[in-house]
Amino acid sequence: METTVRTAGRTHPMWFLVPAFAILFVFFFLPTLFNFVYAFTDWSSFKSEIRYTGFGNFAALLSDGTLFAALRVTVVYAVLVALFQNLFGFGLAVLLEQDTWLNRAARLAFLVPVLMSALAVGYVFQALLKPDGSLNGLLSALTGQQVEIAWLGSTTWTLVLAAVIHAWKWMGLSMLIYLAGLKTIPEDVTEAARIDGATPWQAFWWVRFPLLAPAVTFNVATALLGSMNGFDIVQALTGGGPARSTEILNIFIYRTFGQGLFAQATTMSLVLFLVVALLAFPVIRVLRKREDIL
Amino acid sequence: MTVPVFGSAARHTRPPVVRGLAARLRPFAVVALVVPVMGVPLWLVVATAGKSQGEALSPDLSPPSDWRLWENLVQVWQQGEVPAAFLGSLLVVAPSVALVLTFGSMASWILARRASRLNAVLYALAISGIVLPPAVVTIVLLLRQLGLAGSPVGMIGVYVGIYLSTVIFFVTGFVRTVPLSLEEAARMDGAGPVRVFFSVILPLLRPVLATATILICLYVWNDVFYAFFVIGGRLDTLPLNLFQVANAGLYLDNWHLIFAYIVLMSLPLLVVFAVAQRKIISGITGGAVK
Repeated sequence: METTVRTAGRTHPMWFLVPAFAILFVFFFLPTLFNFVYAFTDWSSFKSEIRYTGFGNFAALLSDGTLFAALRVTVVYAVLVALFQNLFGFGLAVLLEQDTWLNRAARLAFLVPVLMSALAVGYVFQALLKPDGSLNGLLSALTGQQVEIAWLGSTTWTLVLAAVIHAWKWMGLSMLIYLAGLKTIPEDVTEAARIDGATPWQAFWWVRFPLLAPAVTFNVATALLGSMNGFDIVQALTGGGPARSTEILNIFIYRTFGQGLFAQATTMSLVLFLVVALLAFPVIRVLRKREDIL
Repeated sequence: MTVPVFGSAARHTRPPVVRGLAARLRPFAVVALVVPVMGVPLWLVVATAGKSQGEALSPDLSPPSDWRLWENLVQVWQQGEVPAAFLGSLLVVAPSVALVLTFGSMASWILARRASRLNAVLYALAISGIVLPPAVVTIVLLLRQLGLAGSPVGMIGVYVGIYLSTVIFFVTGFVRTVPLSLEEAARMDGAGPVRVFFSVILPLLRPVLATATILICLYVWNDVFYAFFVIGGRLDTLPLNLFQVANAGLYLDNWHLIFAYIVLMSLPLLVVFAVAQRKIISGITGGAVK
């Protein structure tokens, strides 16, 4: 290892950090700082000058209920995505754990949606779930009666469905990470449990499952925090409807930005930033702590 | 969060031997799951992309009476301005990926090798972007002030800024597992830091850089949200085009063209994946979990 700062400076000069941090500063940190400034102004496409308005934007969004409505939708969506994506990914990993040719082929099939654009996935499911779409057609053919369920027309269940579709798109990636986790568990651990008289079921849940903690941390954190920042799937599937019941924060930002209400869009962007920041640290800490105990 | 293992991805251990009825039924369960869950949506895409406009009006799962996939692809290629959008996508994706990998690796090398309090803070700042959402609205304002609004350069800067965190996170963990003695040997021979980095470190990073390349290509190639704010209306990319034509009245009731567009747009990534799937899978799994 380096002994003094001076030799470190010669062998690992700090200027190697400059390009990365210059770009991070200009294109990531600076806009984030701007969020804290422009959320308190009346910046819009209708006026030429920008004036300070204090908490006016927050007050407006709070008083008409938009803020909490959009927040609630976003958090519910993110939690459901984290739940479904991990259930599906974990189930697939367990089902496809052995390296047979069939399992390999199935794993590849589940990776196709990961490669597809999220927007495309949204359109595909819109076509599947329309009232006169393929799913109702399939159900009609199977039951022999005309089925006309408005899958995308429910103010309660459409959001859940959107979360399932988001999980469908990304479950292949979660599956890979769980598979990798399963493969790192040495076989003698399970063997020892079996010799001690554990049934395969017990050996799985009490011995192998706890050893997957790092994979769970990674998958839950990325699914939860990644879907807070979601947009494409829901936009292509429902556009935020019906009656704004699937309008997650980024769709709200996209819509208000399109209307020229830049300050309001900035305010919501700041809200999203603060909520993700507030959620990220406890979520990662709790999950990490679980790893330490094991 | 997690640290990749130096030099080797997940090693294949012999899977535990399972016997009994459940084990023999498992292949059937696999097929019974893959067919509806993956087969139905993907078949819908291909079948609808192969139909005539009349047949595709309400997209169902029946096969087209007359396959016209090629004609539809040609029509989308010409009317959907695919060549321009394809070039636009390439113009943005290639430099973004090259820059984010180069700058990210350079920074990671120093962050991994010089353990000071300052560097711990810098590292935390650098990887914060993995979870924190970018400020999409004010980016537009900033780019206007910089004179980069709507330009490919601005878009590339935004992508590099967003995905540097991911690269630094993966690569720093990897560099820590590279033995220092390899660098020292080169240094003994009189190599300066630039030589050491580009001829010793960078080649060793190949596995982790391959993974990062795949992930970032995936994100940037398919991105529509950031592109809408930064270059929407000024430069075409494939997803932006899909978004615009699917929203516009032009493609209303033209599911066959939307799905033909989706096929065209997904093909490049699918081809890359088909060629390099084994490497990609071991790369992703090796990097995320230890």
